Amino acid sequence: MGVYLFKRLLLIIPTFLGITLITFLIIQMAPGSPVSLKIQQMGGEGIRTETVSKAVIEQTKKLYGLDQPIHVQYLQWIKRLATFNFGDSYKDHRPVLTKIREALPVTLLLNFISIFLIYLISIPLGIFSALKSRTLLDQAVTVILFILYSLPSFWVAMILIIYLGGGEYLNLFPVAGISSQGVGELTRWGQFGNVLWHLVLPIIVLTYGGFAFLARLSRAQLLEVIRQDYIRTARAKGLSESAVILKHALRNSLIPLITLSGTLLPAMIGGSVVVEQIFSIPGMGKLGFEAVLSRDYPTVMAIAAIEALLTLVGILVSDLMYVWVDPRISFEGM
Amino acid sequence: MWPPGPRGQPRRVAPTIMNDTLLTVENLKTYFFTERGVFKSVDDVSFTVPRGKTVGIVGESGSGKSVTALSILRLVSAPGKIVGGRVMVSCRGVLQYAPTGTVDLLTLEESEMRRFRGGKIAMIFQEPMTSLNPVFTIGDQIEEAVALHQKELNEAQRWEQVLEVLRLVRIPDPERAARSYPHELSGGMRQRAMIAIALGCRPEILIADEPTTALDVTVQAQVLELLRELRERLGMSLILITHDLGVVAEQADEVIVMYAGKIVEQGTVRQIFSHPRHPYTRALLEALPTFHTTGRLRTIPGSVPSLAALPRGCSFQERCDRVQQRCREEDPELMVMGEGQVARCFFPEL
Ligand SMILES: Nc1ncnc2c1ncn2[C@@H]1O[C@H](COP(=O)(O)OP(=O)(O)OP(=O)(O)O)[C@@H](O)[C@H]1O
Ligand SMILES: [Mg+2]
Repeated sequence: MGVYLFKRLLLIIPTFLGITLITFLIIQMAPGSPVSLKIQQMGGEGIRTETVSKAVIEQTKKLYGLDQPIHVQYLQWIKRLATFNFGDSYKDHRPVLTKIREALPVTLLLNFISIFLIYLISIPLGIFSALKSRTLLDQAVTVILFILYSLPSFWVAMILIIYLGGGEYLNLFPVAGISSQGVGELTRWGQFGNVLWHLVLPIIVLTYGGFAFLARLSRAQLLEVIRQDYIRTARAKGLSESAVILKHALRNSLIPLITLSGTLLPAMIGGSVVVEQIFSIPGMGKLGFEAVLSRDYPTVMAIAAIEALLTLVGILVSDLMYVWVDPRISFEGM
Repeated sequence: MWPPGPRGQPRRVAPTIMNDTLLTVENLKTYFFTERGVFKSVDDVSFTVPRGKTVGIVGESGSGKSVTALSILRLVSAPGKIVGGRVMVSCRGVLQYAPTGTVDLLTLEESEMRRFRGGKIAMIFQEPMTSLNPVFTIGDQIEEAVALHQKELNEAQRWEQVLEVLRLVRIPDPERAARSYPHELSGGMRQRAMIAIALGCRPEILIADEPTTALDVTVQAQVLELLRELRERLGMSLILITHDLGVVAEQADEVIVMYAGKIVEQGTVRQIFSHPRHPYTRALLEALPTFHTTGRLRTIPGSVPSLAALPRGCSFQERCDRVQQRCREEDPELMVMGEGQVARCFFPEL
């Protein structure tokens, strides 16, 4: 196990470098640059870039190190990364690390709660559908899940804001930010409650579409497992139907669902951009989106690096969970 | 097996259950209701299983052997349904059933049925590779059976039982085997583990559905030998399902030949092998390799007709070399051929 883990961790390094290198190149190749944006901001809308003296451009480039060849820039970025220095944001000149430290916990909280809820609801729903398979109830569940799945999240977010967020109808939930003003005066639990209250609508938007996939997967898995010979063996022993399902079938059918959870987190963080933007949640998605718009290279690269790492670790965790839940898979074979 | 009746007359189902009879299946009918029609997989099957004896059921693939076995345990799953018959089990010593001494499994509540499943009648399956749950150890899977049917035991005693049955089925190093997962054992060992699970239930009747088909030849012989030995040692009855007449010749006391969901011939091993009456049985015997076989084996031409669209008259007519006009018009009943031997044929071999 130790050897396996060591090998896998070693493998993460080149993969990580590859991902960040490609990201680095794509960002540099994309049209627009921090320099031109800066000059636009300095000169206002009316002034064309050409009229600004070459000296200013050179000066700005030098300031950011953009006058160097691209491989030198990348190596410098890696060098700084080794000391956990992501540089300063071009936008507000605060250290990128500080900005990420503020944003990451928010996004993680949002996504952990969402994933937890998705599992909590999908798996029982999937089991229920499988046990009632091909009945009207099962079909009703299927249809509802697919409708939910196909609703675009920005639309659902708008509907929720209009109907529940103090638009023309009910005013049950806040629609922006993650806490109320003056939240600092509340007790610790009060603060926590306040944050959760703010997260209700974003979490609804993040979860509703996820049920369909996992519930269908657990339904299909359970139906597949129930057909297996060993389920018949369990019945032939004289086990009750509930023991057959809950012990023999469920354990086997959950294997792919459990292992999936490792890769779900990075995927969801990527998907929370829209939600964070709509609900003005100061998380990684919003930070990244704004950084891209303002060509804030250090912030973009830092976020890319963190997400790459999360993904790689997520995949590793998935594989480790396979070994943990399925005795047929061992470290030796990997 | 059956009380003697007038020769050449249709057999009547045994009116009384004889003292040494453990299981009596009467007029069992199990149909599969599919979009392509109703498949009469088991159609009016009757037989008895005497205490301590082996009943062999033979027949080609699709003749309804497995469905018969699953019906006895009421394990047929949709779209299959038991549509008629009785499965009488003798329950001497069980107070609840003392007045009659027998119970019809098909009339029991599901919760009551569960005590018989495994406890009275255990079953082992064809595929040892897929019939064990991959995520539980062998020991756990045996212990589960022990816990279900020997409720009086505590945990330590149960584990002792687990090791005991593993020893019974001759698994080397039972302690280690108990802690192994199915994938860590060879095919032969897995089938032994399957048998151990069945024995953990302390059954009086063991149904073995092609227990050796998936195993290689030497292992086959060992497993069959083990089954015979266990039957004798534990005084069980064995229902041995196979398509291998050779196995039946060695193991069985009585033989049931099935064709297209029906019993076509039934008798003692001696009768079946020395005087087969039904043309199908004879054809099966001729297809059996013997010590003297030279050249090609005989095969039975044609194949089993679809159970959803059986021809009028005898099911075997298309493949029969003795077929006559009557066979195409009338469905023969099981006729008494001699003491204990019956065959479903108008023109049996004499
Ligand atoms: N799930 C099912 N759906 C529809 N028909 C079925 C189903 N299971 C069995 N049958 C029908 O029952 C018939 C008998 O099947 P069964 O499994 O008892 O055959 P068998 O004699 O055990 O054959 P084998 O030697 O291949 O195990 C099949 O030919 C098929 O027509
Ligand atoms: Mg079969």
